[in-house]
Amino acid sequence: MEQSSRLFFKVDRLRKNFGGVLAVYNVSFELRQGEFLGIIGPNGSGKTTLVNLITGFVKPTSGKILFKGKKITGKMPYTIADLGIARTFQMVRLFYNLPAYKNLIIPLCSSRVKRLRGGRYGEKDDEAIDLLDDMGFERDSRVPYKDVGSLPHGYLKRLDLARAMALRPEILILDELFSGMSMSEVASTLPLIEKFNREGLTIIMIEHRLKELFRVVDRVMVLNFGEKIAEGTPDEVMQENEVKKAYLGIDVEIPPRTAA
Amino acid sequence: MAKEEKYRKKRLDRGIKARSDTLFAVASWKEILYLMMPRFLPVAVLLLLPLFLGNYWNKVLVYACIYGLLALSWDFLASCGLFSLGQSLFFGIGAYIAGGLNYYFHLPPLVTIPVATIAGGILCSALLTPVMRLRGVYFAMVTLILPLLLMKIIETTGVFGGTQGLSSLSGFPHEMLSIYIAVAGFLACLFLFRRIINTDYGLILRAIRDDDRSVMSGGINIYWRKSQALFIAGAAGGFAGALMTHHYQFLGMSVFALDYSILPVAAVALGGQGTFAGAAIGSILLVPLSEALRALGGLRVAIYCGVLIVSIILLPEGFFHYLARKYHQFEKVVKIG
Repeated sequence: MEQSSRLFFKVDRLRKNFGGVLAVYNVSFELRQGEFLGIIGPNGSGKTTLVNLITGFVKPTSGKILFKGKKITGKMPYTIADLGIARTFQMVRLFYNLPAYKNLIIPLCSSRVKRLRGGRYGEKDDEAIDLLDDMGFERDSRVPYKDVGSLPHGYLKRLDLARAMALRPEILILDELFSGMSMSEVASTLPLIEKFNREGLTIIMIEHRLKELFRVVDRVMVLNFGEKIAEGTPDEVMQENEVKKAYLGIDVEIPPRTAA
Repeated sequence: MAKEEKYRKKRLDRGIKARSDTLFAVASWKEILYLMMPRFLPVAVLLLLPLFLGNYWNKVLVYACIYGLLALSWDFLASCGLFSLGQSLFFGIGAYIAGGLNYYFHLPPLVTIPVATIAGGILCSALLTPVMRLRGVYFAMVTLILPLLLMKIIETTGVFGGTQGLSSLSGFPHEMLSIYIAVAGFLACLFLFRRIINTDYGLILRAIRDDDRSVMSGGINIYWRKSQALFIAGAAGGFAGALMTHHYQFLGMSVFALDYSILPVAAVALGGQGTFAGAAIGSILLVPLSEALRALGGLRVAIYCGVLIVSIILLPEGFFHYLARKYHQFEKVVKIG
């Protein structure tokens, strides 16, 4: 039991150079099934590259990725998605001239969904509307039927989340889901993600909004210049001097605030 | 004192009273006609036309249908992001399969045409699958080169009659039959493609054109989909080639000529991309135009190119989109102020 849960997902000394730039350097971590991992780090620290490596959009220079004991390094993005690792994009990748719900038809047409549904497709349009309803696109409003291009940014982010969830993933990777969202949009989306996690979904979340992130994650990993500099519970991580240095650019002590 | 009156054009949707994505409530014959006429009329005209045209213009019609099939095939590939400059590859492969089967095995056209359609589709998709990962102009370059390569192979090795070609192939039992096979094939292809592209299957093809990474992250094997699209487009082109071979009862290297690659693209540019109706209209306009200009001899191509350039500049959206807008909207002059 212990053995199998430990083998759920593992990244082993992953490394990626873009020419002379080391984007990701010897990053290793493991995930248990149902765990919620946060990844933080300053801009350009290799977070998105790490996601691209895991989901197959970028091929690693060296190192390996294991999912349920199987090596998935270097596999095509659709194969990795088919195995159950879904992602959202930092810059949403949606089809702007299609109605919102039609965007979900694409993952609903995948062989993974067919397999999980027992070898047949359902009524895809209805399923898409159901999914959007779960994401807070009110079924009775016109919103699910509107063209994506006419929707506000917060809806696009949630639509991208719905697109990932349509695959019925086992691991969900959220790449800065909250960037560009308003406070109220974040407040309504966060419980949704917590709910997915409670229902057993393993989540990797990259986020700059630390307050929200720390409220939901089990564990945090900190990247800086492509290297893992810390890992642990949110409290542990924020005590690390390396982290303070990377985030605040100061050496050790935070000077006491003086009155204005 | 006379106040200067200002006017502006106002566009109003004509059309039916209740319409949503899934529901059509059609209230009267007028509305049914409004919906059916644009589809029914061209079909009826194309089906009746061979009865009234002379021998020469009937040949032109067959020609237009064959180019139309190639234009549809081009538009289909373009709908999933594969921009091809080698429709003559599809055309030539279909022509050589049908011609070869007929010449060496004496199979009748009613066998060779279906075989050339299916086998042509498979062969085209197999030939282009290795380069499917190339995008945009790189894919176009390969499709441009492949027919020239096959042409050279035939020229130097002398297979399938080499430069002489294969002659005295069997034709259709009746002249009218070949015309109607061309027209029916063209119309069937047009409506089939229009249907395919609006299903969920077609939605994925269009999505691959817009953003293939997003489609991949949805767990869809885009290369498998693209090779299916190549099969469909290749089959349409192969059908056109086989038809042409039996219509002329001759098969030569010229089936790989550049004309069959460029003219379909021009037809789509003229008619408008993305709806297939544009491709069809474009080729139905272009081919007879090119024939009508034949009397001018050498200047024909120059005038033809001039027409193309002017139409692309004046109507960049294409004829079909222009006509569709005019059909679906009123333009009313209203006074302002």
